Amino acid sequence: MPYIPHTEHDIQTMLETIGVTGIQELFDEIPKALRIESLEGIPEGLGEMDVSRLMLEKAAQDRRGVCFIGAGAYEHHIPAAVWDIASRGEFMTAYTPYQAEASQGTLQLLYEYQTMMAHLLSMDVSNASLYDGASALAEAVLMAVRANRHSHSKRILVLGSLHPHYLQTVQSIVRAQQIEIEVIPFSAQQGTVDPATLAAYDQQDITALVIPQPNFFGGLEAVDALTQWAHAHKALTIAVVNPVAMAVLKEPGQWGDSGADIACGEGQPLGIPLSSGGPYFGFITCKQEYVRQMPGRIIGCTVDSNGKRGFSLTLQAREQHIRRSKATSNICTNQGLAVTAATIFMSLIGFDGLKKVAENCYANTHRLESLLTQISGVERLFTGPYFHEVALRLPCKVEPVLQQLLAADIQGGIDISPYYDSLKQENALLVCATETKTDADLVYFAEQLKRALHSTV
Amino acid sequence: MKLIFEISQRHRHAAVQAPRPTDISLDIPKELRRTSEPQWPEVSELQVVRHYTQLSLRNFSIDTNFYPLGSCTMKYNPRGVHKLAMTREFLQRHPLAPVEQSQGFLSCAYDLQQMLASICGMAAVSLTPMAGAQGEFAGVAMIRAYHQDRGDHGRTEILCPDAAHGTNPASAVMCGYTVKELPTGADGNTDLERLKAMVGPQTAGIMLTNPSTLGVFDQNIKEVARIVHEAGGLLYYDGANLNAILGKVRPGDMGFDVIHLNLHKTFATPHGGGGPGSGPVGVSQRLKPYLPIPMVTRDEQGYRWLTEQDCPKTIGRLSTFMGNAGIVLRAYIYCRLLGKDGLHRVGEFATLNANYLMVKLQQAGFTLAYPQRRASHEFIITLAKQAKNLGVNAMDFAKRLLDYGVHAPTTYFPLLIPECLLIEPTETESKEELDRFIDIMIALLDEAQNTPETLKNAPHSLPVRRLDDVKAARELNLTWQPGE
Repeated sequence: MPYIPHTEHDIQTMLETIGVTGIQELFDEIPKALRIESLEGIPEGLGEMDVSRLMLEKAAQDRRGVCFIGAGAYEHHIPAAVWDIASRGEFMTAYTPYQAEASQGTLQLLYEYQTMMAHLLSMDVSNASLYDGASALAEAVLMAVRANRHSHSKRILVLGSLHPHYLQTVQSIVRAQQIEIEVIPFSAQQGTVDPATLAAYDQQDITALVIPQPNFFGGLEAVDALTQWAHAHKALTIAVVNPVAMAVLKEPGQWGDSGADIACGEGQPLGIPLSSGGPYFGFITCKQEYVRQMPGRIIGCTVDSNGKRGFSLTLQAREQHIRRSKATSNICTNQGLAVTAATIFMSLIGFDGLKKVAENCYANTHRLESLLTQISGVERLFTGPYFHEVALRLPCKVEPVLQQLLAADIQGGIDISPYYDSLKQENALLVCATETKTDADLVYFAEQLKRALHSTV
Repeated sequence: MKLIFEISQRHRHAAVQAPRPTDISLDIPKELRRTSEPQWPEVSELQVVRHYTQLSLRNFSIDTNFYPLGSCTMKYNPRGVHKLAMTREFLQRHPLAPVEQSQGFLSCAYDLQQMLASICGMAAVSLTPMAGAQGEFAGVAMIRAYHQDRGDHGRTEILCPDAAHGTNPASAVMCGYTVKELPTGADGNTDLERLKAMVGPQTAGIMLTNPSTLGVFDQNIKEVARIVHEAGGLLYYDGANLNAILGKVRPGDMGFDVIHLNLHKTFATPHGGGGPGSGPVGVSQRLKPYLPIPMVTRDEQGYRWLTEQDCPKTIGRLSTFMGNAGIVLRAYIYCRLLGKDGLHRVGEFATLNANYLMVKLQQAGFTLAYPQRRASHEFIITLAKQAKNLGVNAMDFAKRLLDYGVHAPTTYFPLLIPECLLIEPTETESKEELDRFIDIMIALLDEAQNTPETLKNAPHSLPVRRLDDVKAARELNLTWQPGE
């Protein structure tokens, strides 16, 4: 029996001990009409060898060439040691560290993770992670509503250049709590939000302002001016950032005069494979004064009864298993294993390495942009600086072009026109070239795009 | 043990991991640039490997220890499943990759949706919730959407039993509901008279776990379903304890309208030190239009995503992409390995192991919370007598178990049983392991009587002794600072 170790003799001995004649008798308290004899719609079980064959066949169907898609998930080099160590049974098959003495490995690692994230973002404190980037932002919005004592409106302003899936996720999660999400349109020329647009809200009660950096188009927002506006209007600033970009871009703790209040985002670029969108991890950090409003697991450093340093879950009075209906969130897990990988990744790559990764991403995407915009009819959709992703305007519909590129084993980015009313009339393509792309990859992409446009236009 | 920061040396690098420096200069305005370096460790690759390998040795885990943690289903996580889910093509698949190059992954997700629907007796399943709590949120959000869609705006309350997981009331509140706590009867079943008195036109639904967290099957479940449905409310099934009845009873047949499953419990995906989990939701026909997106469908062209265009009434998106896809893949592989018969046996052997342990512990002198009832896949013992007579409590027993290399059962939950241990052995443990646990528990009873200090000061043999949680919360230290 798969993974069930009982011999016939074991079963008989156990049944005798219990005082029943068969296993079915153990279910005699369940009304008979409810019991089923067998499961329908499930295939027969297979041995590991046969399942391996099946899965490798399925995997082969997902084989692909070179991927130039970003849009919230980024292909980076992951050192071999990262998942070798994270896959150790001691990390992978442990539970949430409620029994601190038997979980010092996970707890110390999470404390190191919290430290690395707080320092990377120049924020005071970090939690031990949330589910993913979009849901972390939803939690950040709920947290801002609890934390901002000056505001009673529950109105959140969001830059329109935010990842559209983040916006949708926030709306689904906060919908029932009478929180109003208002989207500030981005400039059609720059693809970023002009801080002057916010003047329309000068006299209003705003709870928080959500600022993505870089934004969905790879563009860079005027984070200082936006943060200053929020603070001048007693709104909290919520930063949504890419952690790799933080190696070169100003980190949220330094935005404006006093820094962002909450900084969150998607942790995937820190050693987590693309793997169809998850498991990733969301990070959330904040100023010390808001720590009691932060959701999720938090690890603290303390001492044991001999005065020796140790680590444990702390501020549990915020959490659902203690506070039940009055908890800061219903969240009960973090993304422990993904964070384990990320912590090993950050230690291995170091800040110096992260900076080189960021610079290579920047260099590759800018080189790609210059190659692609040499093709007749291809130009940048927006002006202004960008990091490792760029929006382009094609001379024809994007989807057929992507299909042609696919035939040449290139995943050539995504068509972003459908996401925005203001881009509906555009042929807008979002591309990304991380450090994993070689110059030959970039040149090949340009050649194939030229060919595709030639046959499409 | 030192922190990784404390073994750091300025200018030491794992150079082979970083790409070559570029000669391009960044054309980014100065005011948008970073100017300072964070305090990150500067260490060699060997130092990293050794540090984290040594940290791993300071953990209990299923792979190294018996882990009878009630309500958590700490069963064996098959290695083959992990290895196959880590196949290169699956890891490198971008979440927005075109469907033409995603048919392998999509077929697994589609088949899992179908299999889970069948296992639970539900009409359809969405795999997108990223954990049990998010599954609960999705489930209650669908209940809300259903009532609102019918113009039934007066339903403002969700009922939760007093023994419910803390996530239940917290999730209901996130969906804008008021929570009313429903007391449990003395026999562990729902108190039907109280239920009748509490339901009404204000009732949106009830959240139940069955078998409950008390380790018993609610025999009144059909009656509960009738009462709630007649009042116009819907029934939510918390799948935390599905392992108890996997292949034996289907929540849909009990009358539930919506269910979440914990793939990290019932379907053997690893807990990872506190996640990632995965909490798919299943629904009956009437809630189908509200399922969270994206889902996978199949037509003549093959497998493809269902989005808001296909599902206009959806409660929406709950994550950037499609939730914890890699966990979904693992659950699919697990189902294929076990198959129809293997899955059918899970509930049987989880129940056999729990009842065997329960009877043996009772014979050894432990007090059961529900001695007149069968155990489900778990059961509760109460140490109230030992706490009163010997001054040793459930926490002391739990900590002393660690010294014997056994992870503690769940302590002090459910809240209505004093000094309790909630014990769940799972189906993957052998009789020898259960017998060893019984011997240890007998030894602990003996220690409690003769050398109670041994328990009160436990653990003795772990990397740290009992930790000062009060200090941890009062003198918050959440971030290491240089010079500490």
